[in-house]
Parts: sequence; structure tokens; C-alpha cells
Amino acid sequence: MSIDIDTARRVAHLARIAVKEEDLPALAGELSNILTFMEQLNEVDVDGVEPMTSVTPMRLKRREDVVTDGGYPEKILSNAPDAREGFFAVPKVVE
Amino acid sequence: MSDLTKLTIAEARDALRKGDTTSVELTEACLAQIEGAGALGAFVHKTPEIALEQATAADARIKGGDAPAMCGIPVGIKDLFCTKGVPSQAASGILEGFKPEYESTVTQNLFDAGTVMLGKLNMDEFAMGSSNETSVYGNAVNPWRRGNEDTALTPGGSSGGSASAVAADLCLAATGTDTGGSIRQPAAFTGIVGLKPTYGRCSRWGVVAFASSLDQAGPMTKSVRDAAIMLGAMAGHDPKDSTSADIAVPDFEALLTGDIKGKKIGIPAEYRMDGMPEEIEKLWHDGAEMLKSAGAEIVDISLPHTKYALPAYYVIAPAEASSNLARYDGVRYGHRARLAQGDGITEMYEKTRAEGFGHEVQRRVMIGTYVLSAGFYDAYYNRARKVRALIKKDFEDVFAQGIDAILTPATPSAAFGLGEMAEADPVQMYLNDVFTVTVNLAGLPGISVPAGTDKQGLPLGLQLIGRPWEEGDLLNSAYALEQAAGFVSKPEKWW
Repeated sequence: MSIDIDTARRVAHLARIAVKEEDLPALAGELSNILTFMEQLNEVDVDGVEPMTSVTPMRLKRREDVVTDGGYPEKILSNAPDAREGFFAVPKVVE
Repeated sequence: MSDLTKLTIAEARDALRKGDTTSVELTEACLAQIEGAGALGAFVHKTPEIALEQATAADARIKGGDAPAMCGIPVGIKDLFCTKGVPSQAASGILEGFKPEYESTVTQNLFDAGTVMLGKLNMDEFAMGSSNETSVYGNAVNPWRRGNEDTALTPGGSSGGSASAVAADLCLAATGTDTGGSIRQPAAFTGIVGLKPTYGRCSRWGVVAFASSLDQAGPMTKSVRDAAIMLGAMAGHDPKDSTSADIAVPDFEALLTGDIKGKKIGIPAEYRMDGMPEEIEKLWHDGAEMLKSAGAEIVDISLPHTKYALPAYYVIAPAEASSNLARYDGVRYGHRARLAQGDGITEMYEKTRAEGFGHEVQRRVMIGTYVLSAGFYDAYYNRARKVRALIKKDFEDVFAQGIDAILTPATPSAAFGLGEMAEADPVQMYLNDVFTVTVNLAGLPGISVPAGTDKQGLPLGLQLIGRPWEEGDLLNSAYALEQAAGFVSKPEKWW
């Protein structure tokens, strides 16, 4: 599977990573090489095999549906690049 | 006492209990070594005040009797672990300035046992790499050198700083994490012991996530005994990690008898790779002979899907990473890009992530995004998960035949030079994980034990793979191998 420049641009945008237009051909080449490597998986007969969901068979624990933590907004915000009046601040989202 | 920093955990514990030294003395000796070892690039955030405070408390506890084995032992902590109030960056620019408000469960468990933290250790960015060359802090350097050359060698990755620090006696032991070989490969490259426990043995809570279904924390130590002691302090059920297993943690050290008579050790045919260096082949053969001399039965086995482990891993790990790393958005913590007039929230995300993530992390996030995207999910991601199920079944089949442990080389080569792989295809670098990655895909415990040196005097490791939850038995086999191999070489100090 070969990735063209348009696909590379689309994947970068989906991943929310800005990639300069002049860097797209190299990126497309790198991604194509890695995908070619992965294509070996097509040699394996996987008919009737269930995709693995959990490597260790275990039943997830249940607990009461109650609040167990929280109530410290100042700690939550302490590492934010921009926090104001108890909120995370971001550029304008709605025009 | 001289050479305090060269002590193993077990030796230091005994000396502390006898009153031959104190934790403060041990800690000060380590801090002095760290100060003089800048050239190794191992410690990236030093925490001397915390260390001395913890050491003082440990000394009081030891005096009071009944202190646990790790009490007063100075260790280094991989930068992937969140440590309260101390920079925890996963060696990434995107977490610049991040100081967690909480402590990871593994470090908390260590601190509860009285362990002393000397500082944070270098690593590949978000644990993505096999050479410690993707770190925002710069390279960690292997204390070992080839013969009389002064070429700087990689300590391996991603836990490169941990490996370098332990091998150079800057600390008694270190924590590592292993997603595809990140404990075992650097341990092999630096002549130390590295253990990846069974998936679920150590809590992942507070460990910066790379690929959640594969990540496990484990000890990196100077001996198998130390790995047993330290794992005991790190492990245990944690309600904050739903994949943490609620099963008892045995006294691993007490299980080290060195008696492996009648144990069945499997030698998998598929691990004999084309072009494998003769030295690795010989080391593997010698290792099997040693275990045989110790009374084990050597059995040829087959793990037929081995060849597909790397491509399956390089679908699953980036897929999980692309999801886990979505949280680095420039809003809640770390770096936010400077925005231009009129930039909206999408530009903020895209610029922040382009500036904050290094090249390898960007590449893996994009690969992961692609294999999870509409139209490709079944072809790549689901197929890889099916192949993963087959890889796990390969191991289940040989364990069902009565195999107790599997012996393989730990790495396909000795440590290589920093920069030597710069021009290579990323896939070439991925091949470093060829012997270790199967273990993560199957969730099994695996340990790397130093077993010899190559022609240039560089350490080489052997890997033993055990049954799930039977780290005790695995450590005992590793202990027998360690005794037989008698690896005692140390790097000559040049730093």
C-alpha cells in the first residue's frame, strides 16, 4: 500500500499535527515503507480467529457508582498553559 | 565502606541492617557519582533534597528494626513515571514544565517501602525508540566502549538512562518500562539485569501511557536477586488501574534456590534469524548448555508466528499511541504553541503537536491514525489483533507441552554507535525488538540476563521467557543462568 501526498496530508490533519507542504513527500515515503513492512501480516491465515481484546483473561472489577475523587480544581489547572478564573482557556471556538 | 555505589540492593540492605553504613551515606555517594557523570546523560532531573530527606527517614526506620528490603536504597526513576512535584516529561518537549500533582502507584509503592529517589532518568521520547536518541534531553550514553575506541555507544532504549545509570554505578537500581523490549534490550546492551513482569503485575497508574495493552513497568538491577527484591516492592494490585491483577505478590527472593533440576527449557527454532552474528548464536548455545549442566532439560520448540510479531506490534502499538497521545493538546498541561492572529483551536492543536512532538513520535502517531482510520481498521488493526491472538496461542501451546521457560538471545547485536542508525530506514531500528516484542504481545514475563561479551568486549544478554504470573520461577531460572554465566565485567570509567 503506497501513501500519496494527499493521503499524507489527510492523515497529518486527522492526527492534528501541522506538516509543512514541502515535508509531505518525505512523510508519504516513510509511511509507505512502514505500511509495506506491515503487509507481511496478509500472509497469515486468520480465518476464524477472534481479535485479541485483553491479553490476560480477567473480569473487570466493579464498584459502586459513586464519586471517589475530585474537588480540587486548582490542582487540575496548575499545569495548564492558560487558565483563568477556574477554567482552561483556549482560542475562540465558536464565531 | 568504599565503593558504596557499586553495592547490589541485597548487599546494601544487609550492610544497612548491620549498621555498617547508612542510607544517607549511600545516597550521598550516589549523588556524588551522578554529579561527575554528566557525560552519560543519564539523570535529567536530579532530586538531591528529596533523596536526602527520604534517606534520613529510611535510616530512622531501619534503626527501628523490621524495615522492608528496599528501605534506604537509592534508585533512579525513569522520566515516564509521574512523580509528585518533580518534572515528569516522558523526555518530550510537549510536557515541558509539567509537574504532576500526584504520584504514580509504582513510585508510591517504592517510597512506602522506604526507597530513596535520586532523580529522573533519560529515555526515548514517550518510550518510542531503541537507542535513547529520540529524547528531548539529548542522548543517554552507554558507559561501555568497544575495546580501546572512544566511539559513543547507545545504552539502548527506551529505558536508556536507567540502563546507563545502573551499569555506571550512579545508583543501585532503576525503574524501567517495557512496551516492546524497552527494559530488556537496554539491560542487555549495558550488562545488567532487566525484568518485564507479566502484564498486570505492576500498576500502570501514573505511568505516562504509550501502548496501554503492552506497557509494563519493571526493575533494572545489577543482579537477579535485586530484580526479585525490587519487583516485590513495585508490584501489587491497584484499584486505580483496572488491568492491574488482584493476585498475591509472592516473596520472589525466597524463591531463588538456584535449583532448576528437571525444568524444561524451550529453544524456539524461529528465533534463529538469518544473518544473526555468530557470537549471539554461540552465546545462545552456551546458555542452553549451562542450563543443561544445572539439571534442566533442553527441548526444541516451535513458535510458528514469531515472524509476524514485529509487523503486528508496529500496527498495535502506534494505534494505541495515537489514541493515548491525543491528550497532548496544549490545553491541560505542557507546551502550547504561540499562535498567529486569527488562529483557532484547530491551528492551536496542530501547531502545538508539531512543535512539541519529536519526529519519531509524530511518525508513530500518524501511522496509528492511519491504521485506525475508516476503511483501514479491519485490514490493519483488526488483522494485527488476530495475529496477536495467534502469537499468544503459540506460547500457550508450548507451555501446555510442559515447557517451564524459553531461552532466546535478548538482542540481535551488541550496543551500536550513537548516530549509526541515523540514515537507516525506521524499520531497521524496529528490528532491535525482534526477540523481545513477542513477550509483550503475549503479556508474559521476560528477563534479560548478562551472559557474556562480544569480541570487542561489549556485554551480551540472554532472555528467559516465563509462564504468566510465574515471575518467581522465571527469576529462579535466571538466577541459575546468572550463577553459571558468572558475568562480572564492569565498564572502565571514562566519564
